[in-house]
Formats: sequence, structure tokens, C-alpha cells
Amino acid sequence: MTVRVADAASAAKFPILANGLVEDSQIRQNVRHATNVIQNKRARVVAEQHDWQQLRESASKIKEHTLQYLDRYLEEFESACIRAGGQVHWAIDADEANRIIVGLMQNAIEKNGWTREVIKVKTMTSDEIGLNHALEAAGIQPHETDLADMIIQLGEDKPSHIVVPALHKNRTQVREIFARKMGLPELGEKPQDLTDAARNYLRDKFEKVKIGFSGANFLIAETGGVCVVESEGNGRMCLTLPEMLITVAGIEKVIPRQQDLEVFLQLLPRSATGERMNPYNTLWTGVHEGDGPREFHIVLLDNGRSSILADKESRQTLHCIRCGACLNACPVYSRTGGHAYGSIYAGPIGAILTPQLQSMKHSQSLPFASSLCGACYEVCPVRINIPDVLLHLRGKVVERQQNSLSRGVSIEAVAMKAVAFIYAHPRLYALGQKFARVAQKVLVRKGWIHWLPGMLGGWTAVRDVKQLPDEPFRDWWAKREAAKRDEPMEKSYGG
Amino acid sequence: MRISLFITCYNDTLFPKTGQSVVRVLERLGHTVDFPADQTCCGQMHFNTGYQQEALPLMRRMTEVFRDAEIICAPSSSCVALIREQYQKLAESSGDASLIAAVNEFVPKVYEFSELLVQKLGVEDVGAYYPHRVTYHASCHLLRGLKAADLQLRLLRNVRAIELVPLEEMDVCCGFGGTFSIKNPDVSAAMLADKMKAVLNTRAEICTAGDNSCLMHIEGGLHRLRTGVRTVHLAEILASTEAGEP
Ligand code: SF4
Repeated sequence: MTVRVADAASAAKFPILANGLVEDSQIRQNVRHATNVIQNKRARVVAEQHDWQQLRESASKIKEHTLQYLDRYLEEFESACIRAGGQVHWAIDADEANRIIVGLMQNAIEKNGWTREVIKVKTMTSDEIGLNHALEAAGIQPHETDLADMIIQLGEDKPSHIVVPALHKNRTQVREIFARKMGLPELGEKPQDLTDAARNYLRDKFEKVKIGFSGANFLIAETGGVCVVESEGNGRMCLTLPEMLITVAGIEKVIPRQQDLEVFLQLLPRSATGERMNPYNTLWTGVHEGDGPREFHIVLLDNGRSSILADKESRQTLHCIRCGACLNACPVYSRTGGHAYGSIYAGPIGAILTPQLQSMKHSQSLPFASSLCGACYEVCPVRINIPDVLLHLRGKVVERQQNSLSRGVSIEAVAMKAVAFIYAHPRLYALGQKFARVAQKVLVRKGWIHWLPGMLGGWTAVRDVKQLPDEPFRDWWAKREAAKRDEPMEKSYGG
Repeated sequence: MRISLFITCYNDTLFPKTGQSVVRVLERLGHTVDFPADQTCCGQMHFNTGYQQEALPLMRRMTEVFRDAEIICAPSSSCVALIREQYQKLAESSGDASLIAAVNEFVPKVYEFSELLVQKLGVEDVGAYYPHRVTYHASCHLLRGLKAADLQLRLLRNVRAIELVPLEEMDVCCGFGGTFSIKNPDVSAAMLADKMKAVLNTRAEICTAGDNSCLMHIEGGLHRLRTGVRTVHLAEILASTEAGEP
């Protein structure tokens, strides 16, 4: 099995990718504006939900329970889905999933003489497995129908947000892409102009393409049903018009009962887009004579998920319902945008999900791409303690580095161990304070340090540091205690 | 009440005035402060940078150094948050029953400075006087970890002569994040720039907070640009009276 998360394994390190992005004024502006708008909308609709914290608690408990019995619920889903006329496939990794999906489409196209095209609902999982590349390689043309995904596809770009993939583009840039790719030089820039253009462009595809493709927000074990939520209705078209529908879903998407949707369908839209309800909630179970696709396949994807499941500390990563709230709340994400994460999963959830899907072999800078401010945890509708998982993963990264002899010993590891040793010996620690006070002299100018060597240079690139004070607290205290002993009657205050 | 001060390694070394101010406030309120001299560090930097095994002996030291303490006060919310959120888990991972017991006994005794004042001692007015225009930044661990930013604002509102001006986006991280500021210098700087902008917009003379780590970061930027705005730990404001500032 080879787990692939698009091309994340070969991506540059976060600090390197971030370097270029923080200086891109257009991206900074676009990302900041968009995340602010969504955050404010979210805050309003969350505030009006008086039982928000209880809903989060329930969601977290449902997910926890489901993951504990995941094998059972998946089998329950499989048999219910088959009973309802669906066909279930299991894929251990991205390659197997792509093989299954491409194979199903090839067969159907050849058998029925359909056009070699597929219309797609927004699905992050298909980006994860790189499905579009696999389809194009097989001569099948995928058409993204979600407006944001269309912008990405036509602009030959990469998604930068899990809910709003084209969040880093503003309206002027979108107009330019549409005008160029749809051959509409006169296209206006108003939202109405752009949606009209998209509608015309897509209408023809909806009419002639016979295969639809989707991801899933929820799989319902009890009924074998699948739920997809979206805002535009284009997804509904892809799910209902074609002759054949194929869905890919990570194995963690299953929930036990239809009733559980009650909890998630309140949390998800409010967290994701600041809406009380998604405009389109599509729920289907297998196939039905004379209604919707005649053939339905679902591919259940592992691609590294079962290894996350095995780690008790970070299993909660799989609770994620991909609402994107943690991205919008994250002060790091809002300064860099999603492309800094080198993965289709950006932001705080990306920082914990991507390296884990890759068994911690790649993307090792991601768990460090956070100031641990906790804003993500505060907004997460399923209460994933992202800072805790980040810390756990940092421990794993360090452990891996220390176990791989080939890399040698890092300066950081030596420094960390030396400092730990000093901290374990109070006399050494006090001596270290004295030494630092003497050593700093070469660097201090009028009470401040403006330059530091090595790794610490990152600090002084934009910040000064005050020189060390003449005496540390402990010396002041010791003197005061001594003075008290000499003059026991007089109370002395420091200052 | 006898209160044991955990000064924290960076306050000890870099910000002795903060420790002196804590002592001054607590003694002014009639309490006895002691300072176990063998204390060093709670292990936060190691733990947060992924060196959890190195943090373990430091945690053990903390429980030993403060074994006889009744109440422990630390003027640093990130250290208190680490103790409260991670110590028990770290102890359990060691499988050492006596360490687990020691940690279970130690953790509930630890208070962040403003928690101690407001929640434990029931004081909101510590008799301070501070005639300056001040803005307040809520540090992340205080705000979301300990949920105590409100306590600090209450303490500040009771200071006489202070002119407290609200900080825009008070709850957004300043970009310090410990080793984050060194490992991700560009993003950290971008976050700092926005925080400085908000501070400067208030036209305050001083930016305060309950954590010197954030303040060192904010002040480092403010000084580099010669903004003439300085940072002061909350404890130093609370220690100030008509008789003077620490
Ligand atoms: S981690 Fe939580 S907040 Fe982030 S996308 Fe997933 S569910 Fe939403």
C-alpha cells in the first residue's frame, strides 16, 4: 500500500512555502477578506444557537463511538447499501481507488457508448487521491461543477481551502479566468454575471454527460444512505441527472443512524459557511427505478486512515467533518493562505491530517506550523483538540528524527538536551544566567540586542531584544532574604 | 496565606521586575510569599517543541521542589496551561505510579497570578494606582487555555488613574508561539505586524498582558520600529501605587 495525499509528499517545507506567500499582497488581501467575512457570519449564527456547546459535545461523542466500532459500522453500511441496490468497493490507497473508479467508468462508457466525460460534485477526497489526473490519463474529461472548483480547474490552480477552494482569488481574478477559458471577452464582474457564465457553461454538460461523481459528507450505516450538502445546486444536478453515479468517501465518514444527521446538519452549515442550513442537502440510498441514476457505486477509501485510527492520542483527527472553521479562525492560515501547507488539506486540520495520512514520513514541518493559540479548537464543531494533536505529532517528528541515524544529530536536539540538563541542575542554571549576562555584552547596544546568531536570527530579523537585567529574580530574592535575616524587625520591599 | 512563587525560568532570567511585583502585591494583601530556590523550568519549551521525554524529568523536579507548597502562583499563563493540560497525561505516559500521584497532588495547587487574586483570594481591587494610557492584549493561553482574560480585565479596571483603551482583535495571537517565532519567522512577523498595528491604533503608551512571552515579542517589534510604545506585565501595573512603580 502506498498512501498518496495528492503531491504533498514532495512539497517544500511550510516555512519555505509560507515565505513567498506572506509577501504576496494580493493573496494576503483576498484570504484575509474572505476569512473575515465567513468568520463573522459564523459567529452570528453560532451565537443564536443556545445549545451549541451541547451539540459539539454530542457530535464529538457520536464520532468517538463510531470510530471505536468503525469495523462494525462499515460492514453495516456495506450490507445496507447493497440491499438498496448500491455496489460497494473498498480501496486501500489512492492508486487502488483510482483504478476502481477509472475501471468502472471505462466499462460503462464502452458498453453504452457514452461521451468520455464525467461531471463532479465538490469532493476533497478526489483531490486527495488525484482522481482528475488518473481520469485525464485514461482519456476521460472531468468537469468540476462546484463554482469554486471550476475556478480552480479552469485556472489550472490548486485548492487553498477545504470549503472554499478558490478563496485566494477575488472576483476580478475569477472574471479574468472565465473570460479567457469560456471565450467571453465581454464578461462583467458582478456576481450575477459570473454565475450566469458558469450556468451556461455547465448546462450543456449536465445535459449530455452520463456519469456523475461525488464525495460524501456522511454515510449512514443504518440505511446504507449517503448525504451530500452544498450551496449551489450543481451538486444536486450531478447526483440526480446522470445514468451512473460513483461516490468516493473516506472510511471515517460513516455515522451510525440517520437520526445522527440532526446533530451534524446543525453544526456543519453554521461552521462552514455561516448558514443556518445548507441550501441543498441531498440524501440517497442505493438506486430506485425511474428516479435518479440507475447504477450507484461507492468506493470506501482507507489511504492511511486506519493507521490514524490506531493512534489513541490523535484518533480524534478522524472526527473532522471538513467544515473549514479552523482554517478561517487560524491566524497562521489567514497570513499564508492554503498553498503554504503543500497539501490539499490546509490550515490547522491540514497540519495534523496530512502528515498522519503519510504515516509521519513526510510533511514534518506541518505540526510546527502553528503558534498553538487554540483558536481552531475553540471553533471546531466536533471538538478536535488540534493543539493537543499538534503537540503529540511534534513529539513523533522529533522521535523519528532521533531514530534516523542517517540524518545525524541536529543542532536543535543538542541544544534542547543541553538546556534540559541545565534546567535539571539549579546551580548550573544560575551559572548559565551569569554566563549569558557576560556573553551578551558583545551584542548589546544601548540596552538592546538587534542581532542574534544562527537559528535565533529569525527573531532579530524583525524584532529587538532587551538586554538581560543586572540580576535575575532569584538573586534579588536571595539578597532580600539575607537582608531580612540581618534586620529581622524591618520589613523590606523590593522595587 | 502562604503562597509559593513559581517565577518560571524566563521571568526569572529576563523579567525579574515581574516577580518582584508579584511578591509586592501579595505581601501588600497580607500574604506570605516563599520562593523555593531549587526551581528552574516547568518543561514547556521542551514539551511544545516535541521533546516530551526531556520535559518529563523537569516535571518530576517541579513536583519535588513544590512538594511542601500549599498554593503555587505563577505569573505566566502558558506555563500554568502546560501544567494543567499536559502534566497528568505526561505522568501517565511514564507509567510511574508515584510520579502520577505526585502530579495529581501538584496540579490543583497551581494558579496563574490573576486567577489566584480573583478566584482564590477574592480580590479585584489590589489598591493599585497607574496614571498611564494602557491597552490590554489577551494572551492565547490565558484566554483560551485558562479562560481567565476576563479576570485580568477586571483587575485592570480597578486600578486608579489608569486609562484603559480596548485593543482591536484583542483575542488574536501575537505570533510568538515559543519556538514558532524562530521556526516560522515570516508568518510570526506577519502576525506581529498586525498586532503592532492594533496597538498603535489605540494610541496607548503601554501595552500590557499577563504573559511576558507575548510582551517580549510585541515589545521586540515595537522597539525595532522605534514606536515609543513599551510593554509592561500586568503584575507591574498592579504593584504600582501612589508611592511609585516597581
Ligand atoms: S478540524 Fe474541526 S474545524 Fe477544522 S475542518 Fe475539521 S471539523 Fe471543521
